[in-house]
Amino acid sequence: MVAVKLTVSDLTFGYDGKTTLDGISLEIEKGDIVSLVGPNGAGKSTLIKCIDRILKPQRGTVYIDGKEAAQLSSKDFSKMMGYVPQSTTEVFPYTVFDIVLMGRRPHIGWRVTGNDVKIVSRTLRFMGIEEFASRYFDELSGGEKQKIAMARALAQEPEVLLLDEPTSNLDIKHQLEVMNIVKKLVCERNISAVMAMHDLNLASRFSDRIVMLKDKKVFKVGDPRSILISENIELVYGVRAEVIKDSKGMPYIMPIEPV
Amino acid sequence: MSEDEVFDAEEVYARASWKKTLFTLVLFVAVALLAVFAISMGAASLGMGECFRVVLAEFMPVEEVSTFAQVVVLQLRLPRILMAIITGISLGVAGAVMQGVLRNPLVSPYTLGLSSGAACGAAIAIVLGVGLLGTGRYIIVINAFFFSLLTMAVVYGISRIKGTSVETLILAGVAMGYLFSAVISLLKYTSGHEELREVVFWLMGGLYTARWENVIILIPAVFFLTVLLMRYSWDLNAMSAGEEVAVSLGINVNRVRVTCLTLTTILTASVIAFTGVIGFIGLVSPHVCRLLIGNDHRYLIPCSGLIGALLLLASDTACRTMISPTEIPVGIVTSFIGVPFFLYLLVRRKRRWWQ
Repeated sequence: MVAVKLTVSDLTFGYDGKTTLDGISLEIEKGDIVSLVGPNGAGKSTLIKCIDRILKPQRGTVYIDGKEAAQLSSKDFSKMMGYVPQSTTEVFPYTVFDIVLMGRRPHIGWRVTGNDVKIVSRTLRFMGIEEFASRYFDELSGGEKQKIAMARALAQEPEVLLLDEPTSNLDIKHQLEVMNIVKKLVCERNISAVMAMHDLNLASRFSDRIVMLKDKKVFKVGDPRSILISENIELVYGVRAEVIKDSKGMPYIMPIEPV
Repeated sequence: MSEDEVFDAEEVYARASWKKTLFTLVLFVAVALLAVFAISMGAASLGMGECFRVVLAEFMPVEEVSTFAQVVVLQLRLPRILMAIITGISLGVAGAVMQGVLRNPLVSPYTLGLSSGAACGAAIAIVLGVGLLGTGRYIIVINAFFFSLLTMAVVYGISRIKGTSVETLILAGVAMGYLFSAVISLLKYTSGHEELREVVFWLMGGLYTARWENVIILIPAVFFLTVLLMRYSWDLNAMSAGEEVAVSLGINVNRVRVTCLTLTTILTASVIAFTGVIGFIGLVSPHVCRLLIGNDHRYLIPCSGLIGALLLLASDTACRTMISPTEIPVGIVTSFIGVPFFLYLLVRRKRRWWQ
């Protein structure tokens, strides 16, 4: 798989006359893990959805390796990008295998081939959830559900993985597991990952780059060490925070009080 | 992890697929067997052997059969049995697709106002003698058909104003259902004795009007529409995870939604225009199916249709024979047979996916 470079140029989105993203431009290098951080309403999730064409921006373009994403057919586009929603609910009963198999939708016609089945079971194994294959989705815990949603996106065999707050509903063990999977994926499959993140400390530990959003705009972009400093956190979140270094020298944020 | 664990998940999937295929085949055979049984049941006491000889005599010169038996079997029972099967299939398929496309387990042709629309069209034709098209016997059928389509057009149009939200669509359907019921009540209130009787019969639904000329048109239509809808199985599967996920899987959600709703509306409208309001089958067949084989639409759509056919054929046979020569309206019997069966399945199963 050849990794792609993702470029977002001057992206603007709003609904009901209210702007939620205002002229966002950024570049995501091949094989990078990028975290979008910022306070509630800064537009993290909206940006993820605009990149994945779930929402249609009023202005601006997304380029994949220099090609306009909007020119691709929805099928071809969905072979490039996998999306993991913040949480998944299934109204009707599906087995885990069936749900992950849905990720093959961009690749298959009506018949499932042996190859599709292989990819699904390989993905389940990669995520360490193979024993759930015949279980029903609604019987699983939040953390397990999140892994299955990720497995579905992986079965798409995307070049870019988009995750909308992947850890927000999980306990600390599942948070780490999910982040480790993202890390492992990006390493082994040479894809890139873009995540909307609330937890600055997880973002700090697991991202190559941080995009800080403030007031619908990109405030700062850079590696965690240069972005996650008290000054920026106070400006963006309105919180006085102490930033210390963890054992690996990565910034660890301790919020003190709102200013 | 070892290699044989890879094998496991594939094995599990292969076994599950085989089970579902087998289940579909079993249902198919069950419908056929029930049809054979139903041919020999009825007010006129004809033995099973005699009934077969009549059917057989149509294709090859076996032996003499009485004209009476011929009329009963070929002109009365056979078209009615076929009508029960195709109506059951239509309602079952339509229910499964509608619930899938709207992600709501309470949806059916009945809840979306299609049945009420058809009933209103029929009532207008019966009481006022006014039809959109045509004259004579078919004025009721045509009115019912077009009012059903019109209902869906209005309901979808209303939901478009609010950006095609599924909730708006369902509520608009329910509201339209009430509006049509009001119109029907008004027509019933103002109609004469004969018309009132006819409207009431139409509202209760029934297969006693089944004729070869209708069945012959409906069989290919229902088959064709079902196959068309089955082509959307994967899209429906993906849409059940929510709109955003479906879009990210490359599905044009709005197009799939409007196409599926249009096709299911034509499917239901074309049968209920002939049979009148037959509730419950469209709601319950998909649920029975889901409890047994899960929600993969590749299997759910055909199985739900076959379950619908089984339910309706069993009910109709019962209503023909229970107090023969008089009949009980089929709608009453579908509920009497279907509701306990459905409740049994609900209670027996531990999983609570409908929450």
